[in-house]
Amino acid sequence: MPVPSDCKYAKSHEWAKRLPDGAVLVGITDYAQHSLGDITYVQLPKVGAVLAAGESFGVVESVKAASDLYAPVAGTVVEVNEALNAAPETVNTDPQGGGWMIKLQPANAAELDGLLSADAYQTLIG
Amino acid sequence: MPAPKRTPLFAFNQQHGARFVDFGGWEMPVQYRSILEEHRVVRQRAGLFDVSHMGEVEVTGPDAVRFLDHLVTNDVSKLFPGRVLYSTMCQPDGGVVDDLIIYCRGPQDFLVCVNASNTEKDVAWITQQAAGFDCNVRDLSADFALLALQGPAAQAILQLLTPTDLWALKYYHCAAGTVAGAECLIARTGYTGENGYELFCRPADAEPLAVALLAAGQPHGLELAGLGARDSLRLEAGYPLYGHEISATITPLQAGLGWVVKLDKPADFIGRDALRAQQAAGLPSRIVFFRTGDRRIIRAGAPVVDATGAVVGEVKSGTLSPVLNEAIGSALVQTGAGELSVDVRGTAIKLVPVRPPFVPLPPKS
Repeated sequence: MPVPSDCKYAKSHEWAKRLPDGAVLVGITDYAQHSLGDITYVQLPKVGAVLAAGESFGVVESVKAASDLYAPVAGTVVEVNEALNAAPETVNTDPQGGGWMIKLQPANAAELDGLLSADAYQTLIG
Repeated sequence: MPAPKRTPLFAFNQQHGARFVDFGGWEMPVQYRSILEEHRVVRQRAGLFDVSHMGEVEVTGPDAVRFLDHLVTNDVSKLFPGRVLYSTMCQPDGGVVDDLIIYCRGPQDFLVCVNASNTEKDVAWITQQAAGFDCNVRDLSADFALLALQGPAAQAILQLLTPTDLWALKYYHCAAGTVAGAECLIARTGYTGENGYELFCRPADAEPLAVALLAAGQPHGLELAGLGARDSLRLEAGYPLYGHEISATITPLQAGLGWVVKLDKPADFIGRDALRAQQAAGLPSRIVFFRTGDRRIIRAGAPVVDATGAVVGEVKSGTLSPVLNEAIGSALVQTGAGELSVDVRGTAIKLVPVRPPFVPLPPKS
């Protein structure tokens, strides 16, 4: 699957997508979900949580293991994807769509520019 | 570290999209598509597993029965050609060397199937114990591939490819036969809790056999299934896995396998005195199977605490039951411990004891 070009990427395999209202949607990449295998549980923060860039905001669990999720940019959580409670497998089937995890109000919108481009991320994962 | 061993089906598995993991020194398919999906397919239709990594040890000769009865905890003297027996073999202190399946091929001819990760240790142990018995012990692991066809549709699929009457082949029985023209030992055994078969064949026949099974099974919904699904299926069925529910320090009595420990069989056997003593004294700890009502997987190694927070045990296996859609597992817990829980990232998850199987399974007949 090609890496969508409308997102920016963290080396820890999260994607970040700037929305028209200035908020940033965050999830994990197709590469990440494929490496994890069957995802069985997603633990997300509470709305209102304030995250530093690189701070762990939750955990994604697969049959194999539990892995931390990291905020690609600093910001405040304004929404979490509640649908993943009942259907965590959406992260496997639609990682950069319905499998989004949190919506952040970024502390500094320019921080997004420091993340990897789709091309750079594609190079990272080979 | 030596290079991982590969089964005769390695290329076949690769072609079918397998993802490989190291398992007991073997490069094995852990999944082809999705562990959860493969698990459900086996419960609903049928799955085909490459389990050629399993070890096979042949025991033959005039003393074969007498020796095996000395070696293992279950009663081998009751076997007859075509009969299959599950057992443990123990150390003198009652700890488990391995669990195994004995296939009686003739009055003096037995095939013993052991765990892949233990094969080397087992062959050494069995050979050593056989001293003084008039029998031959041979490691035939390299001479066999092993395919497991498991699930409600297994019989219908296999019958398409074999003249052996599968209605007549009862649970825990075996017969020499052909499948898709390949000579096999066909055994009505498995590690999933479903009805199914295990097919021991020559390594060179493994790939054509797998191809034929997959083709015949396609209309029945047969799919390839990996070790990931095999592990969650066996846990849902309540079957032990060596190194988890049984080990050198967990006796079969503690694991709930008292039914394969025949303390009163005519033959004396290795570990009998220790197991008798443990039974008389009472078990210090035992394996408890549990469900949680929560999707967070409880991982092996996690400490189990009681209501006061004191550590009273350790989780031995844990997975998500794809059928129940909740975390299930097993733990070794001190006898008499009350309410049990495990901490998962700051949340205390209660363990609800369950007598397995966790899900309804077909009757064994």
